[in-house]
Amino acid sequence: MTLPPRLRIVHLYPDLMSVYGDRGNILALVRRAQWRGIEVDVTGVTVGDRLDPDEADLIFFGGGQDREQAVVSKDFVGEKGEATIEAVEDGAALLAICGGYQLLGRTYTTFDGQELPGAGLFDIRSVPGPRRHIGNALVETDLDGESRTLVGFENHSGCTYLGDGVRPLGKVLVGAGNNGEDRTEGAVYRGAYGCYLHGSLLPKNPWLADRLLAIALRRRTGASVALPALDDRLEDDAHRAVEQRVRAAGGRVQSGAW
Amino acid sequence: MPSPRLSAALLAGRGAAALSRRLGRGGGTVIAGHLVPRMAPRALRDLTRQLPLGSAVVSGTNGKTTTTRLIAHILRQAGHHPVHNRAGANLLTGLFSAVVQDASFFGRPRSDVGLFEVDEATLPGALRHIEPRVLLLLNIFRDQLDRYGEVHFVAGIWQEAVARLGAATTLAVNADDPLVYGLVDHARGPRLLTYGVVDRSAGSPTLPHAVDARLCPRCGSAMAYDLAFYGHLGWFRCTAGDFTRPTPDVAVTRVDPQGDAGSLLTFRTPRGGFTAEFKLPGLYNVYNALAATAACLALGVAPATIGRGLETFTAAFGRLERIPIERRELYLALVKNPVGFTEVLRTILQQPGRRTLLLVINDQFADGTDISWLWDVDFESLADDRVNLAVCSGIRAEDMSVRLKYAGVPTERIRVENDVRAALEIALQAAEEGETVYALPTYTAMLAVRDVLRQTGYVRGFWED
Repeated sequence: MTLPPRLRIVHLYPDLMSVYGDRGNILALVRRAQWRGIEVDVTGVTVGDRLDPDEADLIFFGGGQDREQAVVSKDFVGEKGEATIEAVEDGAALLAICGGYQLLGRTYTTFDGQELPGAGLFDIRSVPGPRRHIGNALVETDLDGESRTLVGFENHSGCTYLGDGVRPLGKVLVGAGNNGEDRTEGAVYRGAYGCYLHGSLLPKNPWLADRLLAIALRRRTGASVALPALDDRLEDDAHRAVEQRVRAAGGRVQSGAW
Repeated sequence: MPSPRLSAALLAGRGAAALSRRLGRGGGTVIAGHLVPRMAPRALRDLTRQLPLGSAVVSGTNGKTTTTRLIAHILRQAGHHPVHNRAGANLLTGLFSAVVQDASFFGRPRSDVGLFEVDEATLPGALRHIEPRVLLLLNIFRDQLDRYGEVHFVAGIWQEAVARLGAATTLAVNADDPLVYGLVDHARGPRLLTYGVVDRSAGSPTLPHAVDARLCPRCGSAMAYDLAFYGHLGWFRCTAGDFTRPTPDVAVTRVDPQGDAGSLLTFRTPRGGFTAEFKLPGLYNVYNALAATAACLALGVAPATIGRGLETFTAAFGRLERIPIERRELYLALVKNPVGFTEVLRTILQQPGRRTLLLVINDQFADGTDISWLWDVDFESLADDRVNLAVCSGIRAEDMSVRLKYAGVPTERIRVENDVRAALEIALQAAEEGETVYALPTYTAMLAVRDVLRQTGYVRGFWED
């Protein structure tokens, strides 16, 4: 039996788009691959670097602060954005959180009212909202007809609206989600997932991590791969604890406002 | 004579604090502070203006409490009587409360110098009441993002605050923090005093992940570091060449770490050099010692007195406290953000021998409701067999356990017990006689740990401090 090929993860702007512990998503992907004997290379791609769509099985794009996001926006929309779309169209997996999610949409409007083009992977538009949504969130998904929940922490003032070319990632049970109005959270296009959930997202929602890994492996090997199950007791307990806490609070745990 | 209004406010404030203490509702320090600003909004201004030596105001993400306590200790060594706010009561209410409790019935301060630890977001408001002789700014790290948003938010409100300072103030800043040193551009009035570490052997050539100062505060170009100390503190320079870390006025020129026992520090100051055996371990405490030294120099304290103060100082509430318990030692250190937690771990790992950890993570408002920051802490330093047992406790114990698992701590060395008292027992049993249990709680978890320790008779209430 030949060794499985190394999985190639591209981490977009690890230096600039890395608030709210989003790097936990990378740690979850790497560990969960390694625990199954799959070796992983993580390549950071930042301002001035080239993104080769043929060298990316899984792309991660985290959230950033306004100042950094402005710098990243200039660098990303254009060549790197097109390379990202090409990789996803070719079967790569992608996860984008918060700022990364917004930059992958058609347009986003800055807090001072400037409408800027995004990379256009997701058919979404983001605009500044009247208030900041901060708190634990619970989202119900039914990808492949199986009902599951996602837990995370949202902290955003941007409101995202979905177009026809994209599905929501799930339905908001607790929290604001995309825009605080239509109860949707996140967006899915092919193997690409975007949403507002920090936490970090993947460690407490290991099924989504495995789904991304499976998509990435299929792209890498050309064949469907069944991932062996792992001992997820700690992860499942953490998921359950947050879910219970959020449901028991009857919604939001009281949080700061600014 | 004071105005009758101030006198009435002073009486009411002190009465409320005494009542609160008698009812066992905690220190009562904040209750007085709520009453007085309404009854006598000028009390903080009027009382601090009368202080013969003036006031020092201290702010920053990490190190406020330790640095303020350190300054108070040095000032006492110098024969002064500082009035300072206590135990993290660092909003306006806490400041009012401190000066009111210090005032005589005639509205005069009993102390001769004011010393105030101020919350980052409260700083602009505090400076509307207090015209400080020294404003000491320590650092800006990512902290509770759910409350304050981004580090640039804090930097922004501080810019406006330093722009209003006049010539009567000395602005003492950390030269190694580009976000803090960048504020100097906006300070037209005050005298400037910078402090930093100039010992190359105390740093490393690479920055850690999750650092918040990648861009130049002046022009937005990429920043480069010739040396990194911790977080984004280091010898920075803008790659476009318009912003460089200065040579600090007050410097530690040599750090000789003595492990658990702290470090031997060599200082260079405009008023001469000195050495001091400083008992608080960790490089972040070296910065606290530097900051306190800069502030005390600006208040006119002699270097020799500062050195003596540094040598005789012991830890602040919950900051590296050591408590003997069941023939073991409990080492208690507050953790509240990624940089602080990472540095506490680094300090613990310098100790030889087995390590039992008690990590107590809450997500109440005072802790920060978002615990995502745990993923920015370098728990990878605990991987493999570096810990004997890690007991995870508090409201978010499960999150903590997952973080450790993904850091590479074997799951058989991780225990989850939400109840703090039960968790403490598990940790103490896992440690052998003579060993240390390292308890690292977030803020409200610290209060819970203290409650358990008090119920079991190991410590007294912290407001007796």
